[in-house]
Amino acid sequence: MSLIAVTELKKRFGANEVLKGINLDIMPGEVIAIIGKSGSGKSTFLRCINGLETVDEGSILVAGAQLLPDEVHLKALRLKVGMIFQQFNLFPHLSAGRNVMLSQMVVKKTGKAQAEAMARRQLERVGLAHKFDAYPDELSGGQQQRVAIARALAMEPIALLCDEITSALDPELVAEVLAVVRELAAEGMTLMMVTHEMKFARDVCSRVVFMHEGRVHEVGPPEEVFSAPKTVELQRFLGHGHA
Amino acid sequence: MIEFSTWDILRNLIFAARWTVLLSLVSFAGGGVVGLMILFARISKSKALRRFAIGYIELFQGTPLLMQLFLAFFGLGLLGVDVPAWLAAGSALILWSAAFLAEIWRGCVEAVAKGQWEASASLGMGRLQQLRYVILPQALRVAVPPTVGFSVQVIKGTALTSIIGFTELSKAGTIVTNATFQPFTVYGLVALIYFALCWPLSRYAHSLERKLHVAHRGH
Ligand SMILES: Nc1ncnc2c1ncn2[C@@H]1O[C@H](COP(=O)(O)OP(=O)(O)O)[C@@H](O)[C@H]1O
Ligand SMILES: [Mg+2]
Repeated sequence: MSLIAVTELKKRFGANEVLKGINLDIMPGEVIAIIGKSGSGKSTFLRCINGLETVDEGSILVAGAQLLPDEVHLKALRLKVGMIFQQFNLFPHLSAGRNVMLSQMVVKKTGKAQAEAMARRQLERVGLAHKFDAYPDELSGGQQQRVAIARALAMEPIALLCDEITSALDPELVAEVLAVVRELAAEGMTLMMVTHEMKFARDVCSRVVFMHEGRVHEVGPPEEVFSAPKTVELQRFLGHGHA
Repeated sequence: MIEFSTWDILRNLIFAARWTVLLSLVSFAGGGVVGLMILFARISKSKALRRFAIGYIELFQGTPLLMQLFLAFFGLGLLGVDVPAWLAAGSALILWSAAFLAEIWRGCVEAVAKGQWEASASLGMGRLQQLRYVILPQALRVAVPPTVGFSVQVIKGTALTSIIGFTELSKAGTIVTNATFQPFTVYGLVALIYFALCWPLSRYAHSLERKLHVAHRGH
């Protein structure tokens, strides 16, 4: 059974229909890269799956449960699906360790000692065990993003949504974040990531989704999508077919 | 005729200034509590609550404090409710402070990056949890300087309560003037006492603001 099932998903901002009927089934352990031009609706799509945007039509099922826009269902959904943002969004008034502990204690009512042990484990996992007491503004962008990943992992989600998580980073810091994602993929975490890192998508992802004007325009395994794009739009996006 | 020394005048004024200080403290603290409730209504998800808060803030910011004092004192009196001056003064100032504090704090809440709401939501926090653990701690830091700054307005606002007969510093000034016929000395001293109360506060607000700009971290 698919872990995330999106059916005829539509989303409008006023008169502007941004998602025009998205269908996508994701199996457990799949790593999906979402590519496409800016404005094609990639972020909106991920945000819908995390309940940050309300859905106008269609349905989203996560682990068999329907996404409904009330606070109880949203909380249940967000415990299953974590999200990492382009701008890290660490809580600046809390240390790295506290960032990872907070939602465990507040949302899951985990005890402090247990939350701290989990935080140390997850920071270790992203290679930042030694930064437990550092505040976000004492960390590099790459380190901040890794803390954000640890923070999401501490909630033990069954899937992670990543929206251009390396786009705000200096080029030399991209690799350390991608290495963490690669590790997660290898451990079997289900991942949906909007990315411009084509080489990474080719190496790590099981499927590539090309979005165009609010629709899934083309989808397939990376070899196919990158080496033999079928549609003109994808060829153009990948820089082929100008001839 | 009795002779009044400057010391006699000053002593009486300082004695009355206690009521200015007390009224300021009560208004500021009460205004803070009511203001916090108005703030929560102002940033709530419910449209009705937001409307109410906006209406409240506009009403109290859009009319002179003096009219609010008159309404609290004479208005309720007309309805047959006998309101003592201190009660009318206290409640009007509390409601008035609440409107301004709520609006100051709303600005501080809105200054917190939108990504903080999204990140905390994506971690499963409910709205109150987001406010309590993520948004307000950050808003609080930027809120302190303008809040301290506003306390100066409260102190100056208490002067108006002399008009409805509350005997604080300004009213005492009038009384002492009537007894001594030395208006320049008396009101000069009254002004000095107000200055002694307000000036340290506004200096403190400025220095807090400067510190906030230098170290943009609060731990
Ligand atoms: N909150 C919003 N309000 C109005 N329009 C929005 C909002 N968010 C996104 N959009 C519009 O939706 C379209 C798709 O945006 P987005 O999902 O961010 O695309 P992408 O991530 O692929 O660049 C854009 O035209 C954008 O202007
Ligand atoms: Mg985007």
